[in-house]
Amino acid sequence: MTAPLLNVRGVETYYGNIRALNGVDVEVHRGEIVSLIGANGAGKSTLMMTIFGKPQARTGSINFEGQDITRLPTHEIARLRIAQSPEGRRIFPRMTVLENLQMGASLDDLKHFKEDVEKVFTLFPRLKERQAQRGGTLSGGEQQMLSIGRALMARPKLLLLDEPSLGLAPLIVKGIFDAIKKLNKQEGLTVFLVEQNAFGALKLSDRGYVLVNGRVTMSGTGKDLLANPEVRAAYLEGGRH
Amino acid sequence: MEYFIQQLVNGLTLGSIYGMIAIGYTMVYGIIGMINFAHGDIFMLGGFAALIVFLLLTTFMAGVPVVLALLLMMIVGMLTAALWNWTIERVAYRPLRGSFRLAPLITAIGMSIVLSNFIQVTQGPRNKPIPPLVSSVYDLFGITVSLKQIIIVVITAILLSVFWYIVNRTPLGRAQRATEQDSKMAALLGVDVDRTISVTFIMGAALAAVAGTMYLMYYGVVVFTDGFAPGVKAFTAAVLGGIGSLPGAVLGGLLIGLIESLWSAYFTIDYKDVATFSILAIVLIFKPSGILGRPEVEKV
Repeated sequence: MTAPLLNVRGVETYYGNIRALNGVDVEVHRGEIVSLIGANGAGKSTLMMTIFGKPQARTGSINFEGQDITRLPTHEIARLRIAQSPEGRRIFPRMTVLENLQMGASLDDLKHFKEDVEKVFTLFPRLKERQAQRGGTLSGGEQQMLSIGRALMARPKLLLLDEPSLGLAPLIVKGIFDAIKKLNKQEGLTVFLVEQNAFGALKLSDRGYVLVNGRVTMSGTGKDLLANPEVRAAYLEGGRH
Repeated sequence: MEYFIQQLVNGLTLGSIYGMIAIGYTMVYGIIGMINFAHGDIFMLGGFAALIVFLLLTTFMAGVPVVLALLLMMIVGMLTAALWNWTIERVAYRPLRGSFRLAPLITAIGMSIVLSNFIQVTQGPRNKPIPPLVSSVYDLFGITVSLKQIIIVVITAILLSVFWYIVNRTPLGRAQRATEQDSKMAALLGVDVDRTISVTFIMGAALAAVAGTMYLMYYGVVVFTDGFAPGVKAFTAAVLGGIGSLPGAVLGGLLIGLIESLWSAYFTIDYKDVATFSILAIVLIFKPSGILGRPEVEKV
């Protein structure tokens, strides 16, 4: 296999004196969908933010396309074309849907805006209907679509998705997972996603990691993890969707 | 009736100056949640820069057209004030970002004292008068309108339109609004948050410096303590209009200007500041977020 697109090695992240990540190793290769599953508080979102240097890893290294990004400021990491739909969606509440999407495209000064916004609208037709509405007035599902759409506007080489299914109705979750799959198949988009909905995430993914207390305890292909009795017991049985 | 309209004209002029200063308070508050108490002194410093330009022009280039002189005064004032405000943010506020909330506030008060004392030491403590720059006066149906007043209102209107355009219609303004609403997310989208904050300080200072130049032209005098009273009133205007809201700052400025001149005209000039601040207190009791401030109702 060629060198990974994203290579996280031995990363430890602290909040004050509390260690949230305890030596995490994760690789994501071009064209893959990789998921990271784990319970509440395992450190999934912390890893997503650590990749963006907010907070920065105290030890270990993060490489993107062979470049060490561990100590880069957040906005420079974004400029390498890593995009994130973060925890809590973080829509700009007093900007319209269209302006939120423009923010996503600001790296290219809106050069491809017209073309890309049409793609996002095809993917999430609801956003087209709501384009003049303020972000803060959207429903949770619409905000999630907007958050993903905004991340796509940056034409990312790597898309990080933090709990795209959180708080959404199963039908909407299915729509969002289908959209991710489609982007991956058609555009070759590399996706690294964090999910509590382990079943849906693993089914979608080429590979997966299990994070427990800030540490990767298991990894494998999506299929293997789905079949693994420990994973089934901890994350799947009784909790499907 | 004429007397009343006359006071409206005066109030509008004064309010324009307050409004231009208030924008700097409200923008900085919106973007980093701190009150830049040195902003009033930035306004005063802009006035002094304009004064120095004026003195240089009259000494070395006597007979320079008034329009050109005013323009130069404004531009040099804007550049000087912008440089100072940028420096203050860079050396005094940025290192404290993320520290406890009172730290930048106290530092801002310190910076205010530094600026006014700096001007006191380098420019002297006395009033600095200049001869009237523009003295034309027009009589419209019994109301006296001076050219100075027209200039102030027109320049304010032009600058506010430019400003509105920048904030609402340009990539820079979009980055500023994004940073104001969620600076962490803005950074995730590639916005250089530190740079955006610097630009905000520069823009606020430039407007304050224009206000300083207008103040100098209107009253024909500037002194090192001038940052205080207009500064506090502009701050009041920003709070009255709803801190964080740009239209609110302008509206608040105009209201404070009107209250001040109407009170002075009909009651007593000695208590004009009392009137201003009383109205602020009353508004805040019944509408704590200010006139155009937003109550927090957004879905998160």
